[in-house]
Amino acid sequence: MKYNLTHLRELESEAMYVIREVAAQFENPALLFSGGKDSIVCYHIAKKAFWPGKVPFPLVHVDTGHNFPETIAFRDQLVAKDGAELIVGSVQADIDAGKLTEEKGFNASRNGLQTFTLLETIEKNKFDACMGGARRDEEKARAKERFFSHRDEFGQWDPKNQRPELWNIFNGMKNLGENFRVFPISNWTEMDVWQYILHEKIDLPSIYFSHERDVFVRDGVIYADGPFMNKKHEETVERRIVRFRTIGDMSCTGAVESPADSLETIIEEVAATRTTERGTRADDKRSEAAMEDRKKQGYF
Amino acid sequence: MSENTTAGYLDMELLRFTTAGSVDDGKSTLIGRLLYDSKAIFQDQMEAVEKASKRIGGDGEVNLALLTDGLRSEREQGITIDVAYRYFATPKRKFIIADTPGHIQYTRNMVTGASTANLAIILVDARHGLVEQTARHSFIASLLGIKHVVYCINKMDLVDFSQDVFEKIKSQLEDFTSKLEISDIRYIPISALKGDNVVDRSKNMNWYEGSTLLYTLETVHIASDQNHVDCRFPVQTVIRPQTTEFHDYRGYAGRVAGGVFKKGDEVTILPSGFTSKIAKIDSFDGEIEQAFSPMSCTLLLEDNIDISRGDMIVRTNNQPSVSQDHEMMICWMSQRPIQLNGKYAVKHTTRDARCIVKDIKYKVDINSLHRLEDDKDIKMNDIARITIRTTVPLFTDRYQRNRNTGSVILIDENTNETVGAGMIL
Repeated sequence: MKYNLTHLRELESEAMYVIREVAAQFENPALLFSGGKDSIVCYHIAKKAFWPGKVPFPLVHVDTGHNFPETIAFRDQLVAKDGAELIVGSVQADIDAGKLTEEKGFNASRNGLQTFTLLETIEKNKFDACMGGARRDEEKARAKERFFSHRDEFGQWDPKNQRPELWNIFNGMKNLGENFRVFPISNWTEMDVWQYILHEKIDLPSIYFSHERDVFVRDGVIYADGPFMNKKHEETVERRIVRFRTIGDMSCTGAVESPADSLETIIEEVAATRTTERGTRADDKRSEAAMEDRKKQGYF
Repeated sequence: MSENTTAGYLDMELLRFTTAGSVDDGKSTLIGRLLYDSKAIFQDQMEAVEKASKRIGGDGEVNLALLTDGLRSEREQGITIDVAYRYFATPKRKFIIADTPGHIQYTRNMVTGASTANLAIILVDARHGLVEQTARHSFIASLLGIKHVVYCINKMDLVDFSQDVFEKIKSQLEDFTSKLEISDIRYIPISALKGDNVVDRSKNMNWYEGSTLLYTLETVHIASDQNHVDCRFPVQTVIRPQTTEFHDYRGYAGRVAGGVFKKGDEVTILPSGFTSKIAKIDSFDGEIEQAFSPMSCTLLLEDNIDISRGDMIVRTNNQPSVSQDHEMMICWMSQRPIQLNGKYAVKHTTRDARCIVKDIKYKVDINSLHRLEDDKDIKMNDIARITIRTTVPLFTDRYQRNRNTGSVILIDENTNETVGAGMIL
């Protein structure tokens, strides 16, 4: 008998431990669920952590109104199948109510706006901890995130004033009005996530897999065409075989041309690819410290 | 077999290591080199770094250190100010690096990074040998119970790859480390900048017959680093579905903190002292035959006993110390010095308590390892020996025997900040 775990089992065990700590240490936690693979993995591990009991917190989706229709369909199916509780915060509703103003121009995106709706949703539902599927390998500013990330009453992240996190003792103590973001799969890489999905046979939205789609190209990034995509007149729509490596807003998530139509072929592709998955995200390219700036304002 | 194929991943182990060095020892360059040579760096990250190298200036070479310096304020100051975690994998192992700064005021960061590490890399500048910071980093690694330490004698290119220089530093370090509690120590001459002995063998140091750094990281034996002797199961939460299908189900969920649990084992519940037997070790994926650290699972017992979060399930014939008085080494992490007779919140495994600091025995001069018996002023980044008394008993083992049950954190009850990291003696 070998008393050691494989890296995937060790990471899974760590994530289960973190999720159970959240359920135990907070009164009103939630799992932020984007319909992307990382939040799907988090939800899968949450199910394992409390089985045969039910997941003791709701899923929260911040809907920008510019989501891929496939993502929304997947979300609704999953919620119906498991009888999970879903709470939706709507960027469109906040725009309609005059709380938010849409960005203008061709590169307009609702990515920045969702921070407002997220903070509103947290406040309205009095969530004291929101779990999310962010990983430290995604981006430089995330590399210094804690598992338990403390946010002040404005939802802000202060990179210079974070609590040291030692061993696996997590300090979720807070003052009234403050809350935490918690990242159970902090230590996973993109490859770990894909391998885990394959190993656990987890269902994903169809747009992760190769499909034929109407797209157009801007600054070398392939965007999906959709009713709210502002195209310049020289940008022409064409059919291509593509898939998406991450799932964000349609307006800021680029596709890659790929024939990978199964988890096995995706993993081979991820292994051979020479750009990070966020390389297809226009929102990170705005400046070198784009993520750091957004996180300070309360971005997930 | 490659990490990239779907067949290899089920056999991979995880190694967590920390890196420490003085300010200009080339630590960021070393990590950049490991990531770069093991192909963990992506094209777009490389492009971003090339762009930044040009902006900051320099002699035209791509600055590998920029790959790891994360936050804008650090990039401007050119120093690393907090623990950053990096990831890479080879066909043999997956690695998590806790990258901690070497600055004197950042002892707390190294302690944090070291607390979860299996191994520590300590960088030594070949031109300077053992300096104050080397001593400090070694002491912290030993204090935090790191089992494997690799001294990388860096910048060998600047001392003409001299074997004499290497051997001199090595014997200096051997003298010094004999005072510490580290069981596995290695010495590797490298040049992080040029790549010698990091991933590829050096062509400039044929006199060195040992392994490269990467090979060492890939092969060091870590399976026995966990405690598989003393059975400890801190209860995180109780699972009671109360559905028709699982009407009487009562499972104790947690992560094994030590030992190996099996069905039929006689166990004692702390603090109540009731005994029972393990009826089943359960999980979403089915029954588990043997549960060991760091596995998350759910224990079911034969008897109905009142058990809640913060209780600990242990083997009846091997129990931890049950006490309200605890002697420990503590690393202080707050601007506000430790208060003798001050009250703090305590977290130990899944158990919460409050405590009072009863005694400050001495401060450790972490450069000389001398005990400063008269210095009771314990400030940020200081390490001291103290005793505390807790409101309820904690179930502890010595830290050097079990990190999971030998560690506590102290929390300031006004600010809720983590102010101390304690290692029970």
